Amino acid sequence: MSARVAGFGFLALAAIALLALVPRLGNAYYLALAISLLQYTVLATAWGMFSGPTRYVSLATTAFFGVGAYTVAVLGEILPWPLVLLIAAALGAVVAAIVGLSTLRLSGVYFVIFTFGLTELIRQLVVWFEVNKSRVLGRYVFVDITQADIYWQLLGLAAAVFLLGWLIARSRLGFALRVIGEDETVAKHCGINTTFAKVALFTISATVMTLVGAIMAPRWTYIEPSIAFNSMISFQVLIMALLGGAHRLWGPVLGAVPLTLLFELLSARFPNTFTIILGCIFLLIVYMLPRGVAGLFEKRSTTPGGKTTQRVAA
Amino acid sequence: MSQDTATRVLEVEGLRRAFGGLVAVNDLGFAVGQGEIMGLLGPNGSGKTTALNLISGVLHPDAGAIRLMGRNIAGLASYRIARLGLARTFQLVRVLDGMDCRENIKAGLAFQKPHLPAAEAEDRIDALLDRVGLAGHDRRPAADLTYIDRKRLELARALAAKPQLLLLDEWLAGLNPSELTIGIELIRSLKADGITIVLVEHVMSAVRALCDRCIVMSSGRKIAEGATADVLSDAAVVKAYLGGVAADA
Ligand SMILES: Nc1ncnc2c1ncn2[C@@H]1O[C@H](COP(=O)(O)OP(=O)(O)OP(=O)(O)O)[C@@H](O)[C@H]1O
Ligand SMILES: [Mg+2]
Repeated sequence: MSARVAGFGFLALAAIALLALVPRLGNAYYLALAISLLQYTVLATAWGMFSGPTRYVSLATTAFFGVGAYTVAVLGEILPWPLVLLIAAALGAVVAAIVGLSTLRLSGVYFVIFTFGLTELIRQLVVWFEVNKSRVLGRYVFVDITQADIYWQLLGLAAAVFLLGWLIARSRLGFALRVIGEDETVAKHCGINTTFAKVALFTISATVMTLVGAIMAPRWTYIEPSIAFNSMISFQVLIMALLGGAHRLWGPVLGAVPLTLLFELLSARFPNTFTIILGCIFLLIVYMLPRGVAGLFEKRSTTPGGKTTQRVAA
Repeated sequence: MSQDTATRVLEVEGLRRAFGGLVAVNDLGFAVGQGEIMGLLGPNGSGKTTALNLISGVLHPDAGAIRLMGRNIAGLASYRIARLGLARTFQLVRVLDGMDCRENIKAGLAFQKPHLPAAEAEDRIDALLDRVGLAGHDRRPAADLTYIDRKRLELARALAAKPQLLLLDEWLAGLNPSELTIGIELIRSLKADGITIVLVEHVMSAVRALCDRCIVMSSGRKIAEGATADVLSDAAVVKAYLGGVAADA
């Protein structure tokens, strides 16, 4: 077992070392594509870390991404870069904890709607603040961060997320989340503080998303709320994670990579009908691959959704 | 039968819970002594499951006190109540379908404080699989189990926490006669281990075989209480059951 883990860890390190060489290729197009791939890989994996085991569908990805990006827009020129990232992460965590505490008692569809509304709410708050208080709508981001820096930071974050996800999956918290995903009532009767477990993971996942937003922000030289809080990101990440399979740590990446490439292609070719195509892809995935690509690799599948096999006493 | 306060595991007083205009549990009171099996009977819809939901914290009472080993647990979150030594099964059996039998039982003990050392936890899981008759099935997904095996697994999960008080909601329902005999023996062996049990049951032969005392509910109220044989021959009880479930299953 531990030999397997060591072998796997070695492979992972080798892969990271190889991937770290991408900026050395000196091709700006490939680097930009690689950044997109990493961005969505990290976002989708972070999404799956929470939504996979708990089966709560969150559309708040954009909200946290935007908080991160906007933090950079406001503080990027004033403070040293590591401190900016730290503040962004802290802000994301605080927002996530508050949102989690107030909404994770809700179930299912209410949570989806709330998280979608949250993005709009935060965006409007930022707009209101900028217009009425700071009297600027839109800010220039002049920080000394190159595309290669962005790439390396995302790569580091990706490695950290996979390591963290792996550790959580092996922990008592990870097991608790799986039990919650199976049956929340049973989870409570097993002594699981379900609210704490859900808020904790939601916060971890949101902090990662916030960091992605912060790291990506220097890519734009000009940021305004509609750029930072683009709700398309929430939907794209959701589709990627579902395509890959959110019930496995390595699932979302299987969706993030092909779909990022596809979206890249489609948004360039069909800028106007892009969202319609996105919707169709989403429907196809849900119908054809209910357990995602990861489900195809699993030897045997237990009944999806599980509860259908329940029999009722006479 | 009077109970010394010190040996009371569960004490319920003035318990009430309404759903809109329907009072599902109305001024319910009873006590269960250490090691006792208390039957909770009554026709369909009389409030038995609601009473268990109130005691285990799924629902919060509108009024009343619930004391578990002297401590008032009314309104406490169900995970806290679980950690205080209460475990239960559900009328519609609930197992974790996406997990195997071993993990299902592990769920029952992994979140109790203090945490067990891993090796000890594994041993306890093995012992429980054995005890409920699922030895050798430990890696089998719960979704693949037969109805009775799902019930067994659910009971094993409840027992994993070594509860002081166990609430069984029609755990014997739907079993065939030979399974019923095994089930009754199993519950009897729990009593021998000193576990206190509240047993909601329609199967009268099981009630007679297992319960030290019974209370009977009708429309949310307690209409009878006493030694099992006395309660089952009580005129008011027989009347409450008429037109309800068969008096013997
Ligand atoms: N969550 C709920 N919301 C509304 N009404 C409820 C709820 N739970 C139970 N009731 C109602 O409360 C009454 C008591 O139900 P309960 O399930 O406690 O009965 P029971 O004695 O367990 O019956 P059975 O023998 O059929 O299991 C019923 O009329 C039921 O419809
Ligand atoms: Mg019931």
